[in-house]
Amino acid sequence: MPLIRSIVKGRWGYFFIGPAYVLFTIFTIYPLFEGIRLSFYDAGLKMRTWVGFENYARLLTDSAFRRAFLNTLHFVVIIVPVILVLSLLFAVLIFGLNYVLQSIFRAAFYLPSVASGVVLVAVWLWIYNPTYGLLNYLTGLVGLPRIAWLGDARWALPALSVVVISWALGRPIILFIAGLNGISREVYEAAMIDGASSWQQFIRITLPLLTPTTVFVLVTQTIGVFQTFVVVQLLTRGGPAYATQTIVYSIYVTAFQFLQFGYAAAMGGVLLVVSGSIALFQLRLMRADIEY
Amino acid sequence: MKSTKRMLAAAILAVAAVIYLLPLYWMITGSFKIQSDTMKVPPEFFPRNPTLANYRALLFGGMPAFRWLFNSIVISAAIAFGSVVTSAMAGYGFAKKNFPGRNWLFWLMLLTMTMPLQIRLIPLFSMVRQFNWSNTYMGAVFPHLAYPFGVFLVRQFSHTIPNDLLDAARVDGASEIGTFTSIVMPLLKPALAAVAIFSFIQGWNDYMWQLIVLNQNRMLTLPLGVAKLVTSASGYDLGLAMAGATFAFLPMLVVFIIFQRYFVQGITMGAVKG
Repeated sequence: MPLIRSIVKGRWGYFFIGPAYVLFTIFTIYPLFEGIRLSFYDAGLKMRTWVGFENYARLLTDSAFRRAFLNTLHFVVIIVPVILVLSLLFAVLIFGLNYVLQSIFRAAFYLPSVASGVVLVAVWLWIYNPTYGLLNYLTGLVGLPRIAWLGDARWALPALSVVVISWALGRPIILFIAGLNGISREVYEAAMIDGASSWQQFIRITLPLLTPTTVFVLVTQTIGVFQTFVVVQLLTRGGPAYATQTIVYSIYVTAFQFLQFGYAAAMGGVLLVVSGSIALFQLRLMRADIEY
Repeated sequence: MKSTKRMLAAAILAVAAVIYLLPLYWMITGSFKIQSDTMKVPPEFFPRNPTLANYRALLFGGMPAFRWLFNSIVISAAIAFGSVVTSAMAGYGFAKKNFPGRNWLFWLMLLTMTMPLQIRLIPLFSMVRQFNWSNTYMGAVFPHLAYPFGVFLVRQFSHTIPNDLLDAARVDGASEIGTFTSIVMPLLKPALAAVAIFSFIQGWNDYMWQLIVLNQNRMLTLPLGVAKLVTSASGYDLGLAMAGATFAFLPMLVVFIIFQRYFVQGITMGAVKG
């Protein structure tokens, strides 16, 4: 048997991947499959009854879940483009500076990312307070009316988006600076000889050559936004009137407050399909890069 | 012309950075304000009556803040240590060893890298209950010990180790394990530093899983403790909450300042080359 021979020959390979893979199987692969299985049951803490596709059927008619699904997409649509534009802008500005200023600004923009989400959420809860919060004071200075940022269904989702953006710029900025470093000076020199303006250089050279970085940032940030939990849990609890309910928060509440494990697992199934497609997309990108 | 452009860029960035860092400034200055000053309108941009009362209440007021700090350190350090060991071995194995199934085992791991924890949350929770791991370090640590991003990072980095070097060690009669610990590990140092830092931070900031596994007051971690201060039913004390948040932020600030270089390296190493 050649397969057995090559398995024996490759035994040190299995030895080295062993610890990681055993843990990975127990704590990732198994729960993943078990989660899918659970989504076909009506399950609580103790009992469990097979119900087939009933949980999924119920999801289709559950208007709160539909709201959560759309809110999640809404978050992605607001947050990801803002992160892309701001981090690219700041990266380009930082890139033109000398080494010392580069390090200072890079660190300044990365600093909030090392703080735990809870830490920043605690401050934002204060900043958004309708009566003594900093934001209403500042908007009041220019004559705008007071707003209950987290209590108003129109403002809650944008308000949470701002919080997420307030810690998300650091990593993309570093990636874009690295990307800019990878573009050769000669390309720009040639363009300058041809009389291209800075704006033209940016549009025709910088942007296209940064595409791999841009796509990477786009995908990783989208995945990040899908996992947004702490802002929802601590700032709005999904409210007001489901205005900030997300898929991830719905799963948490359904499972750990209502103890409807099967139904929550079905929500997880939906999340699996959505994030799985994003993951496959990212994998194709990485594969294109890795197998040189 | 060129220098005015640069000054303009620096000025724009300075304004943006001030706005971006304002929440952190607000948190730190807020932690030195007494309760009534935190609710003043117009707000004090610099605390006029700075006080340490909030820190006194936080650290010596019967709240187990030091215990929370200790828990956070133990959990994050254990996650970092475990991730470094498993990622170093697996990354090296995937990069330098040939064995049936190598490719698909690796891609399977990568595929799950981007999947939200919430998908496997419920079965993990049942598992941890069965193991009696609720309110234990084990429960908080174990689900994080296989760190696909770390495996990926080390695998990428291992490609820079020349095969000749490994062959030479084999010819000299070095054992597989000896080669790994005395030749490979030192060469992987930059990648392992990045894995250690990122997994440490991930452990430190892992709010959702800890929220589910840890609920006894003495087993809470700093983020959970801060969340408790913020959501306390009796209406929360802003100054105290800011002191807690600052206390939770400081260790990460120190880690960031000391290891800044590795942050930048790790972030760019893990990305697609631009």
